[in-house]
Amino acid sequence: MSHSHSFDKHYLEDGKGFKSWFFTHDHKRLGVMYLWAIGIFFVLAAIASFLIRFEHLSPGQTIVSAQTYNVLFTLHGAVMVFLFIVPGVAASFGNFLIPLMIGARDVIFPKLNLYSFWIYCAGSLILLLSLAAPVDTGWTFYTPYSIDTGTNVILVTFGVFVLGFSSILTGINFIVSMHKLRAPGLTWDRLPLFCWAAYATSLLQVLATPVVGITLLLLIGERYFGLGFFDPAKGGDPVLFQHFFWFYSHPAVYIMILPAMGIISEVIPVFSRKPIFGYKAIAYSSLAIALISFLVWGHHMFTSGQSKLINIIFSVITFAVAVPTAIKVFNWLWTMYKGSVELSTAMLYSLAFIFLFTIGGLTGLFLGALAADIHLHDTYFVVAHMHYVMIGGTVFGLFSAIHFWYPKMWGKMFDEFKAKIAFTLIFIGFNVVFFPQFILGTQGMPRRYFNYAPEFESLHQLSTYGTWILGVGFILMLYTLFKPVGVADSNPYRSVSLEWSMPSPPPTLNFEEIPTVTTSTYDYGTKVEQEA
Amino acid sequence: MASSNPYKTYLNIWLLLMFLTFITVYVAQFDFGTLNVPIALLVASIKAGVVALYFMHLKYEDSMTWIFATYPLFLLFLLIAFSATDIFTRVAN
Repeated sequence: MSHSHSFDKHYLEDGKGFKSWFFTHDHKRLGVMYLWAIGIFFVLAAIASFLIRFEHLSPGQTIVSAQTYNVLFTLHGAVMVFLFIVPGVAASFGNFLIPLMIGARDVIFPKLNLYSFWIYCAGSLILLLSLAAPVDTGWTFYTPYSIDTGTNVILVTFGVFVLGFSSILTGINFIVSMHKLRAPGLTWDRLPLFCWAAYATSLLQVLATPVVGITLLLLIGERYFGLGFFDPAKGGDPVLFQHFFWFYSHPAVYIMILPAMGIISEVIPVFSRKPIFGYKAIAYSSLAIALISFLVWGHHMFTSGQSKLINIIFSVITFAVAVPTAIKVFNWLWTMYKGSVELSTAMLYSLAFIFLFTIGGLTGLFLGALAADIHLHDTYFVVAHMHYVMIGGTVFGLFSAIHFWYPKMWGKMFDEFKAKIAFTLIFIGFNVVFFPQFILGTQGMPRRYFNYAPEFESLHQLSTYGTWILGVGFILMLYTLFKPVGVADSNPYRSVSLEWSMPSPPPTLNFEEIPTVTTSTYDYGTKVEQEA
Repeated sequence: MASSNPYKTYLNIWLLLMFLTFITVYVAQFDFGTLNVPIALLVASIKAGVVALYFMHLKYEDSMTWIFATYPLFLLFLLIAFSATDIFTRVAN
């Protein structure tokens, strides 16, 4: 690749055809490919969820059999968690943005980055191959049912095992890149908060993922070779599976949400024209979340029969993890205070994130309280809580990012008006789907049940109607994104962050000259910005 | 690297590993009761530690690498400590 070539052409033009993409080392192309991949899996899993909700329009069988229903919620959960939301924001926007934000030409190990993507594709394929005899265990693969069921548990869990390597390698790549490739002057206390969040996420990916990998291998060993890790008849302990599983899967919740929090920290200062409030508090709270999130896994197991003492310990620490999260929320609110707030589409998604994530987070505290959890465990209250965090949080954060960096990624602008209508539909639809589920849960509607008592019918119907509004919103959003309305200049939102200092879309090697950073990433409304 | 002749060091480490393997095999014929597993784990941990220090060069790395290398051990301790707390304080119904 000649020197001038890599700066004259932007990354989308630099090479055409399948091979130029599938063998690329360019972090931006890999980010875009991850975005496509997670987008496709999101649609697949969303279709499963539409069918699930349709089934609940009336009690008893509506459109699918009970077994198909079990398969649908397992498919929805497994694909959403392992193929969409865990790689999600970190792999797509992390890849696209981190080198641009730290002033580097690529991640530190570009070939390893491509390899991670291939592993992700391989793991996804293995997981989807299981559809030949689709799994009905739910995405958590709890023993003893996952040992006994006749469905394809081994293939799915092996797929997740393989996907874990992609996650670990991406994490290592990001951590080392941020240690070694930061531009001169870009000290840790000037690093964009998205990078801090991605750093914390990477730590979790590297440290937690091996545990789920080993756990799933133990499960495969027990299922295939009859080893006795989890079967009490062979001296095993079924609750041990839950310990091991949640030791990864609770930190994984933060793998899912932390990068989205990083996005919010980037979007809010730009559209409030104010420096971020409490930079250090937000940065360190990401690390605090990463550390404390390893100590709370047992709150998923309050009713599993684990000891009372450990229940109390996990409950107390669960309340502690809410503190760094709340620190972020208060700082975002204070950043907007007396700012010049512009309600762009990206900003609307970010504001919705704060609102919905706060509901999701606070209802998490209900579930972290031992007495309340006895009543609410495994009800629709949990389903609603988890979706308020994962959709209201992560997915709204992802949508905010898709709109905010759209001009940078594609060099084009989208129709703001249509995008705002889509946002409104998605926001209303989401709340109509999931708010009734809080009420259903408190009234005792168990999750994952095919049938339900007649008194739950009206709330179930309301929830199903919400999915239709949500679906129309998604389709309008996609239409808007696929129908650009103009060419973007290099910095349409007047951001002072490094990634906006280059043409849109960026050239293949990003920076012709590696920049020297002399100011904070969030110098809005200050002398520096006015002079720029 | 600190050592003037790394190959000599590697050879010595390899010999040490072989010796430890011999110990593992040798003690396997005796029954130490509840100490069987701790002894096997102790020998294996020494071997893993030596491999990490010399073959993986941890001995010659800076403090940041040490933090990254040892923090997972702390997490492993937490995983075992919390799970064991559950298992040893559970009251059967």
